Amino acid sequence: MKVLVAMSGGVDSSVAAAELVGAGHAVTGVTMRLWGGASDTGCCSVADVDDARRVAQQLGIDHVVFNFADEFTERVVDPYVAAHAAGTTPNPCIECNRHLKFHRLAERAAHLGFDAVATGHHARIETVDGVRRVRRGADHAKDQSYVVHMLTQADLQRTSFPVGHLTKTEVRARAARLGLRTASKPDSQDVCFITEQAGREAFLGQRIPFTAAEVVDRRGTSLGRTDAVQLVTVGQRRRLGLPGGGPKRYVIEVDPVAGRVVVGDEADLLVTTTEVPVMTWSDEPETGDLVVQCSAHGTAQPATVVMAAAGVAVHWHEPTRRVAPGQSVVLYDPTDRYVLGGGVAG
Amino acid sequence: MYLDHAASTPMRPAAVSAMLPYLDQQYANPSGAHRVARRARQAVDESRERIAELAGWDPGGVVFTSGGTESDNTIVAGVIAARPGVAVCPRPEHHAVLASVERVEHRLVDADETGHVRLDRLAEALGPDTSLVSVMAVNNEVGTITDLAAVAEVVRARAPHAVLHTDAVQGACWLPLAEIARHVDALSLSAHKFGGPKGVGALLVRPAVRWEPLLVGGGQERDRRSGTHNVAGIVAMDVALAETQAGLRADGVRIAAQRDRLVDALVQRLGAAVIETVRRDRKVAGSAHVMFPGVENESLLFLLDEAGVCASAASACASGAMEPSHVLSAMGVERRSAAGALRLTLGVTTTDADVDRAVEAVVGAVTRLQAGAGRS
Repeated sequence: MKVLVAMSGGVDSSVAAAELVGAGHAVTGVTMRLWGGASDTGCCSVADVDDARRVAQQLGIDHVVFNFADEFTERVVDPYVAAHAAGTTPNPCIECNRHLKFHRLAERAAHLGFDAVATGHHARIETVDGVRRVRRGADHAKDQSYVVHMLTQADLQRTSFPVGHLTKTEVRARAARLGLRTASKPDSQDVCFITEQAGREAFLGQRIPFTAAEVVDRRGTSLGRTDAVQLVTVGQRRRLGLPGGGPKRYVIEVDPVAGRVVVGDEADLLVTTTEVPVMTWSDEPETGDLVVQCSAHGTAQPATVVMAAAGVAVHWHEPTRRVAPGQSVVLYDPTDRYVLGGGVAG
Repeated sequence: MYLDHAASTPMRPAAVSAMLPYLDQQYANPSGAHRVARRARQAVDESRERIAELAGWDPGGVVFTSGGTESDNTIVAGVIAARPGVAVCPRPEHHAVLASVERVEHRLVDADETGHVRLDRLAEALGPDTSLVSVMAVNNEVGTITDLAAVAEVVRARAPHAVLHTDAVQGACWLPLAEIARHVDALSLSAHKFGGPKGVGALLVRPAVRWEPLLVGGGQERDRRSGTHNVAGIVAMDVALAETQAGLRADGVRIAAQRDRLVDALVQRLGAAVIETVRRDRKVAGSAHVMFPGVENESLLFLLDEAGVCASAASACASGAMEPSHVLSAMGVERRSAAGALRLTLGVTTTDADVDRAVEAVVGAVTRLQAGAGRS
């Protein structure tokens, strides 16, 4: 097979490329230049491109760089900023996977004659009863099936996750055995276009005006004020500017238009239903008793999923913390192995 | 099929032969006080004289550098340091000039649709506060030749005390060096663009120009450029430049015919899908710059590379990613066309067979990408 492997300059995609070479595929490495601004953790600093190129040289494969900076800004960064302005909590890594890696890059790869695009995600692709499924990675602590949940049957025919069957320790061991310079490189954290030094607040502050909001309890009684409602997230407990010493209070609702943040106790945070208005299904819609995951490193919880007028409604078997609007809700089969579909919480 | 000669061109065999003795036999540091050093020093001085003669320049005004970027940086920073004032350059300059100019007080001048500086705008940008004007002899992306006589006339009239510099890095392999040099006060050269080695170049400066050095230290080059001389590189540069300049007419005619054959074939085969960026009578013989609106040049370069054709598009950023061309943007080219830019540059080693195979590869790749709904 002719495979284009997305190489971020990290150890997972380095070993993904090595695995493909080892399996005898015709492999080309590509690093996507996504973000033109400051970056310290992400996949588009020059040092990371250097690492990817050097690994490709060591593996004896060609390496190219594709500049998708415009699309990244349009599809990932601008919506991220707009979502915060609207008081929701976006996951830009998922949108990058959806729009850049598995759409823009995959489309270009197809036009250039590649049979598949590979990435270093910790997830597996298996065929179950004739249907291609994303399966959780072998290393459950590193599993990334949640962030690649949007892959459809057509996508899955042309996608490969060569390290999904390995643990992170095994990945590092293979990189070390091959003498790859990325073997002991730390994992990337957080959002690639937001630097650790400046942080989310500075990034958003340069792009949208922050507005103050009244912090109220469920009865509407004012408890204090926050300077930047755009930085407040459902479920948040700290940095609300409330006097200390009282009971633990969590954000249960954010309304930037009205300038209001509603807080409540832990019980107020719990809900029995979560609505997901737009779903992407990996194959045919599957509902009923499933397990459902609402954050990248969260645990899937049992729920009954029913079709709704728009998308699905997730009825939790046990009351669960409300999902911040903007976060992805991913449905797995009852054995908690395979992704069935997912969407963004409304 | 190597059609990226504007990026770098193979060394001339005579230049390779000329430099070899200075790598292992005449290896001394030419600043030394002994016989081996004197032989190296003589080689440097003789090369300096020959390059000066080719440029119609005073040998004392030839300063050896590490290449075009150093020469450009040196003259811009050096002139402004000696005589604070405004630096002026056109928008489509090479980044070695542009970035240097942007580090000091500056004004950028608009270009016309061929990438040539607009003389009316240049006149407006100049004044008593102008210390330096830098206008490239030949544009590295689109190949447009600057009318340096006209530029000099404007500069002398509007800013008589300003230093007029030209980045002649892309000019020396196509135009008589003395013809470029006679209009300016300073000029940059880079050896690997005309069959010399990488890592060596020259900055030619008239004696009357006051400027501060960029590199200080051992005081080589009469305190104007410290650092041990790249003796082998300097000797090879001299040989390559002499050969290039001696062959200008014959090579120019032959290569222009190949370039015409290449572009004519693309136009004939691809019709409206291809735009010739700049009229051929405005540019150097080796430059074929075309645009395929709706085709993405990263995809095009990938397919061409796969087909064995080495070409380029715009300049690459530090990561190696293609950047939108500031030259095409300054020329007013719409983004969709600019994104489909392809630079094919020919050189003295280009054969007719290279050209024919490149045509097939480009037609094949463009047709394939257009079939992919234009977006690839």
